[in-house]
Amino acid sequence: MKKFISTGLIVVGLAFVTFGVAAQAPEAGKAKSTLDQVKDKGFLQCGVSQGLPGFSTPDDKGNWTGLDVDLCRAVAAAIFNDPTKVRYSPLTAKDRFTALQSGEVDVLSRNTTWTMSRDTSLGLNFAGIIYFDGQGFMGRKSLKVSSALELSGASVCTQTGTTTELNVADFFRSRNMKYEVVAFATADEALKAYEAGRCDTFTSDVSQLYALKLKLAKQEEHIILPEVISKEPLGPLVRHGDDRWLDVVKWTLYAMINAEEYGVNSKNVDEMLKSANPEVKRLLGVEGSFGEGVGLTNDWIVRIVKLVGNYGEAFDRNVGAGSKLGIDRGQNRLWSKGGLQYAPPVR
Amino acid sequence: MSTQAAGASFVRSELLPDRPPPANLVGIFPLLRERLFSNWLNIALTLMSLAIIVLVVPPLVRFLFIDAVWTGTSRDACVSSSGACWPFIQAKIGQFIYGFYPAELYWRPNLVFIAGALLVLPLLIPAAPLKKLNAILFLGVYPFFAFVILNGGNLDLRRFLIGRFVRLDGLPLVGEVAGLKLVFWLDFLLSGTALLAVAIIASAIIGASARAVAKTLLLVLGCIALALLAVDFDFGLQPVGTRSWGGLLVTLVVAITGIVASLPLGILLALGRRSEMPIVRFASVVFIEFWRGVPLVTVLFFATYMLPFFLPAGVNFDGLLRALIGVTLFSAAYMAEVIRGGLQAIPKGQYEGAASLGLGYWQTMNRIVLPQALVIVIPGIVNSFIALFKDTTLVLIVSIFDLLGQLRAAFSDPNWSSPTTLFTGFAFAGIVYFIFCAGMSRYALYLERRAAHGSR
Repeated sequence: MKKFISTGLIVVGLAFVTFGVAAQAPEAGKAKSTLDQVKDKGFLQCGVSQGLPGFSTPDDKGNWTGLDVDLCRAVAAAIFNDPTKVRYSPLTAKDRFTALQSGEVDVLSRNTTWTMSRDTSLGLNFAGIIYFDGQGFMGRKSLKVSSALELSGASVCTQTGTTTELNVADFFRSRNMKYEVVAFATADEALKAYEAGRCDTFTSDVSQLYALKLKLAKQEEHIILPEVISKEPLGPLVRHGDDRWLDVVKWTLYAMINAEEYGVNSKNVDEMLKSANPEVKRLLGVEGSFGEGVGLTNDWIVRIVKLVGNYGEAFDRNVGAGSKLGIDRGQNRLWSKGGLQYAPPVR
Repeated sequence: MSTQAAGASFVRSELLPDRPPPANLVGIFPLLRERLFSNWLNIALTLMSLAIIVLVVPPLVRFLFIDAVWTGTSRDACVSSSGACWPFIQAKIGQFIYGFYPAELYWRPNLVFIAGALLVLPLLIPAAPLKKLNAILFLGVYPFFAFVILNGGNLDLRRFLIGRFVRLDGLPLVGEVAGLKLVFWLDFLLSGTALLAVAIIASAIIGASARAVAKTLLLVLGCIALALLAVDFDFGLQPVGTRSWGGLLVTLVVAITGIVASLPLGILLALGRRSEMPIVRFASVVFIEFWRGVPLVTVLFFATYMLPFFLPAGVNFDGLLRALIGVTLFSAAYMAEVIRGGLQAIPKGQYEGAASLGLGYWQTMNRIVLPQALVIVIPGIVNSFIALFKDTTLVLIVSIFDLLGQLRAAFSDPNWSSPTTLFTGFAFAGIVYFIFCAGMSRYALYLERRAAHGSR
C-alpha cells in the first residue's frame, strides 16, 4: 500500500499531463465559417435529445434514428454525400442551448419549440419548422367522445409545471366548459394515473401522446382526439452570426419538403432527373446553380433525397404510419393537401 | 499406594461425555422461539418482516420470472404480458455494455475488460505474488493500454511546450512517421533540453545536487515521452472517439479512474491539510472546501459547457476527459476528509515514537501513520467508492451516456415501448449496480477482518 500511493500519485499526475497535452485539438480558425469547419472536420456535430420516440432515439443496433436525426443526416448527405457522417450529442433540455452557443454542436435538432423569446434572446436562429406539434387529448373510447369540445366536466391528467397546464385552463375557460386538472410530476406518473382511471382524459403534446399510448396495456381502448389546442412548432436551430450556415440547414429542410411536393422520392429520384418539369429541374440541379449558392454542389438535393428521402418519407418512417407510433400527418401535411408544411420555391 | 487409589476415586481422570441439551431446546421450534419470538417486540418485528416478504417477494418473482417474456423481436411480444420484457434487454444489451461503440469492434472493449480483470484480481488477493510489478502494470501501463485500445491511439499531437510560443511548423521537418508528427517530437526534445538546462542552473543557484535533479527530471521526462509515444503511435486501429463510448464501459471507466486517482490525491490533500506548512495547509483547505462546497452536477456542467467559453479558441478538451477530471478532483476532496479522520485517530505517541527513531516526515507517514490510518478508515473509503460508483450516472447531464443514460435512451425506442419496458430496464440496471456495489462492500469487509487479525 505504502509504495503504491507514491507510485499512484506520480502516475496520476503523468496521466493528466499526457492526456492534457494530447487532448489539445488542432487549431481551428475562429473566422472560418461553420460550413468550412464542418467540411474540415469531416463530420457534422448534431445535438439531439437523449431519447424521444420518433424524433431521436437509438435503435437496436445503436444507430440514432428519428425525424430530428434525419434532418442532420440530410445536412450531412448534402455536404458529404454520406448521411452517416454525423456525430450525435444527446443533450438535455436544459443544456441544449448552451451546447449550441458554445460551439459543442453545429446544429441543434432537438424537438425545440420555436418561440419568440427563444428566437430573439438566445443568440440563435430557427431554421424552419420540421414538425408542427401541439397539445392534444387522449381519452378512452368507452367515453364515446369524438371531439375535445365534448369534454365538459372532464378531469384531465397532466404533467405539472409545464405550459400544458396553462393551455388546458385557457382552452376550457374560453369555452365555458367545466374541468378538473389532476397534475403529476412526470408524464409517466400522469399516464399511470390516467390508465388507473383517476381521470377521464390525458393531455400532452400530440407527438408525446402517441409515444405514451404505446406504454398503455390496452392501447386499442384509447383514442387521440383530433383537436390541437396549442402551437408547438418544432425546428432545428443554428448559432447567430453565420447566415451561410443558416441557409444550408434551412434549405436542407425546404429541399425535403419541396421534394415531396414535386413527387421526388428516394426511389424515383434518378428518373426524375430526366423530368421535363422546370420546378423539378431546378430542384434537382439540372437547371440553374442553386446548390453552389449555398456553398455546396448543384446536385445537393439529389443526394439528400437519394440518401435520406423526402419529407414525407422521413415522416412516415419515423413517426407516421410506417412506424410504431402511427401519428396522423394532421397539420404536417403539405399545404397543397390541407396541412401547414410549405416550403419557398427553389428558383 | 492405598492413598493413591483412594485419590483416584475422588478425582476424575477424564471429562464426562457431553449430555444432549434439554429436550425443549432441541430442534427448530426452540430456535425460532429464541431468535424470532422471544418477546413482544421481537414477535412484532418478525411478523412485520414476514408480511413485507410476503408482499414483496412473490410479486417480484412473478414479474421477473414467471410472467416474464423471454423471447421476441419487438414490443408486440411484450405488450400483452404483465411480466418483465427480457427481449428488450437482450436487444439492447450491446448498447448497455458498450454504448455506441461500433459493434464490429466490441473485441476492443472486451480486451480492455479482460486485461483489467486479470490485473485487478491479483491486486485484490493478498496472497498473490509480484504485488509491486502488478501495481505498476495496473496503475502505470494499463491506463495507456486501455486508452489506446479503446480510442485507437494515434492522436494528432502538434505542439508540446515551446511550440506554443514559437511556431515550429515552418521547419522542413513536417513529416510523419508511423503516426508520429516530427514537429511535435522535435518540440518535445527542445522543450526537454530547455527544462533540463533550467533545472541544472536553478539547482546550481540554490546549491542542490545538479546530478540528482537532472536524474529525476530525466526520469519524469522519459515517462512522459513513453506515455506520449504510446498514445501518438499509429497502431493501425480504427479511431473510436469517446463520444461513441457508453453504457457500462463508461460507468467503469469513470468509476475506476475516479477511484484509482482519488485515493492518492486524497491522501496527499489530507496530509496537506494537517501539514505544519501554512501555505500547503491553506491551499489544501481551500481546495477541499471548494470542491466539497460545489455539487458534482455543477462541476460536470461547468467543465463541459462553461469551460469552452474561457479557453482560447481551438483548445478543446475531450468531453469524457473533462468529466473524468471533474469526478476525480471532486471525489479526491471527499476522500481527503475521510482519510483525515483516520490520521486524527492515530495517537500522538506514534508520531513521537517515529521521531525518536529518527524517521523523517515521509518515512513516518509511509511506514507508521498511513498504514494504521488507512486501515481505520476502510469503511469510509469504501463508502466513498460506492458513492462515486453510483454518482457516475450524473455524467448523463453532460451528454455522456453511462449505463443508466443508455437505458433511458433505450426506453425512447418506440419499437420497444410497452407497459413493462420501464420496469424491466430499471430492474436490470438495479441488478447490475447491486452486483458491483455489493461486491465492493463485501471485499472491504474481508479486508477489514484481515487487518483486524493483524492487529489483534
